Amino acid sequence: MSETSNKTVQGDESPKAEKTAVAEAAAATATVPAPAEDPTAAGVAVVDPRLLVREEGLKGYVTEFKRKVKGGELGSLPVVIGLIIIWTIFQAKNSLFLSADNLSNISYFLSATGMLAIGLVFVLLLGEIDLSVGSVSGLASTVFAVFVVNHGMNQWLALVLTIITGIGIGALHGWFFARIGVPAFVVTLAGFLGWNGLMLWLLGDSGTINIPADSGPVHILGQSSFFMDQAIIGAYLLAGLGVVLSALGQFNEQRRRRAAGVPFRPTSEIIVRVVLLAIASFVAAAVLNNAAGVSNALVIFLASLVIVDFVLRRTTFGRKVFAVGGGIEAARRAGISVPLVRITVFAISGGFAAIGGMFFAGQTASATLNAGGGNTLMLAIAAAVIGGTSLFGGRGSVWSALLGMLVIQSIQTGLDLLNMNTSIQYMITGGVLLGAVVIDSVSRKSQKAAGRG
Amino acid sequence: MVHVSATPVLALRGVSKRFGAVQALTDVELEVHAGEVVALVGDNGAGKSTLVKTIAGVHPIDEGVIEWEGNAVSINKPHDAQGLGVATVYQDLALCDNLDVVGNLFLGRELLHRGVIDEVTMEKQARDLLSTLSIRIPSVRIPIASLSGGQRQVVAIARSLIGDPKVVILDEPTAALGVEQTAQVLDLVERLRERNLGVILISHNMADVKAVADTVAVLRLGKNNGSFPVKSTSHEEIIAAITGATDNAVTRRAERRTTEAAK
Ligand SMILES: Nc1ncnc2c1ncn2[C@@H]1O[C@H](COP(=O)(O)OP(=O)(O)OP(=O)(O)O)[C@@H](O)[C@H]1O
Ligand SMILES: [Mg+2]
Repeated sequence: MSETSNKTVQGDESPKAEKTAVAEAAAATATVPAPAEDPTAAGVAVVDPRLLVREEGLKGYVTEFKRKVKGGELGSLPVVIGLIIIWTIFQAKNSLFLSADNLSNISYFLSATGMLAIGLVFVLLLGEIDLSVGSVSGLASTVFAVFVVNHGMNQWLALVLTIITGIGIGALHGWFFARIGVPAFVVTLAGFLGWNGLMLWLLGDSGTINIPADSGPVHILGQSSFFMDQAIIGAYLLAGLGVVLSALGQFNEQRRRRAAGVPFRPTSEIIVRVVLLAIASFVAAAVLNNAAGVSNALVIFLASLVIVDFVLRRTTFGRKVFAVGGGIEAARRAGISVPLVRITVFAISGGFAAIGGMFFAGQTASATLNAGGGNTLMLAIAAAVIGGTSLFGGRGSVWSALLGMLVIQSIQTGLDLLNMNTSIQYMITGGVLLGAVVIDSVSRKSQKAAGRG
Repeated sequence: MVHVSATPVLALRGVSKRFGAVQALTDVELEVHAGEVVALVGDNGAGKSTLVKTIAGVHPIDEGVIEWEGNAVSINKPHDAQGLGVATVYQDLALCDNLDVVGNLFLGRELLHRGVIDEVTMEKQARDLLSTLSIRIPSVRIPIASLSGGQRQVVAIARSLIGDPKVVILDEPTAALGVEQTAQVLDLVERLRERNLGVILISHNMADVKAVADTVAVLRLGKNNGSFPVKSTSHEEIIAAITGATDNAVTRRAERRTTEAAK
């Protein structure tokens, strides 16, 4: 939404035929007085008096908040509470936990698994699951290393080929699922094992391929590569950019809605939202600056989130993903090609898994046996679900990848800091995943009861 | 009857459809002209919804020909039918529970503004359209899951009016509606006819059929069982065609009534 002109919405370049059809139907049917200029008057025409409308002012927000929580619309509430609890516990156990350096570590390491979680959000929105993302990410890092080290290929070209490999693998899973009808769970379980096997075979006896990391993508994704070379202004620039874009977007939307006479967000609410975002992002920027700066990996992760969020909410493709997740038959009858959407979504998941694999390669400047193994898959799924994307399809947002990863990576880093060994880590991660799924299922139940499922 | 053109906008010639062991449709013929309301009637399980779904591309036909404005066309998926200009309101409504009213109304044909979904215009048009159908919906931004059956039905009907259809198919559109909304839908059918669209209306309610239809096509056990001009056909004749006999449950009941009344 970047337009600055002042033309009204009716003048927009929406397809003529559709507009006239609706207009005709509306004109021909004008038994109800046409909505007046005043937006509130227009509202009265269709708004049901039984609808609970938020009261004015702060009290209104509080009552609406309580009602939403009761109705199972928990949003990001459980995550935020969970994060506060986790941070308090770890800080009490080890005072280094909330230090700038450790928080900076968390922010760096969360981006790799976060990339896998972005892809998983797409799959979860369809109500499906992709169990192969961990293996595909490991395979991707190895494929990249083989291209670069064994074949002396240019790193950027190798990067492109690696991502294409990931997309191809995902599309293959999607094809088996959408065209042959094999359950996604089984296809990707086979992929989980098969692609891991291929990776081991490629790595051969050595088990590790070191990748030169003085330049190229692996360097950029490394832990010592920072946005604008650690310039103090860099972090604030990013924070400011986010805040300004968000404010512009919201005010622009408000203006367009007001012009069209449909309900819009009051200015006070927009200001509150923008201020909250500004506080969060500038505090984060200050903390990261206190350590070493904003890692490039984090910047790429955040940029991906913004782009994917836009694709999911504002494009017809995103709408199709939600539609297929909410009702396959309805989507089909609306003329949406369900198999195509499914294949594309799995291809996207494979693509993000490959990108995540590059992040893993960046962390160690090598392709190793362990890349994408262990609990990587579990963590990525847990992140998406903890962040609020439903396992049942049709509900969620890509920001859950960020929120969920904050929780997951805090736990990982905290346990590392306390020198807990892997056994404990696995048990705790398993427990957290179970907890997230329970919250998802319970909130789905109460949403059904509140008529919102 | 309003103006009826020579070539039917939609014609089925010898259409058959089988589901496993069930022969749902056998050699069915049907013609719809622009500006004509064809009521499709028949008992439960007669094959009305199946016929609708073959036209809408949900179930491709096994045999026969579908003609569109005089030319044979193949309709294999919903997209094909939409492309021709067929808008359908299904008996099983087929809405996406997780999307809001606006999202469902425009699903598959979202309005774009510089390549991006134009929520504002869509919301405005949705509100205008719904207010003409005089339905009270709490908000056009709540998910379909939280609407009542009748409210969903109106959303499904409104959905068929978006786009620029040439033929509108309504499969039992008033089944779940209140008195006022039923009248609105019948008004709407008449307005569609005035706009020179072809309408196929499926209904079990003979009063509704008599009120708005020009032609009644009767389907019985998956086969044509007569097609009558509404004006010159009596209620009893239609019922006889639906049940397949002049001596049927309906006439027997009516006779019982009259003899009881005579006593
Ligand atoms: N998807 C399907 N698979 C198998 N059989 C089907 C399917 N759809 C319909 N049938 C069968 O086709 C026949 C016609 O069904 P249809 O739904 O068209 O009836 P109808 O005339 O719409 O009835 P009603 O008035 O109850 O809506 C029935 O015998 C039904 O069992
Ligand atoms: Mg039916």
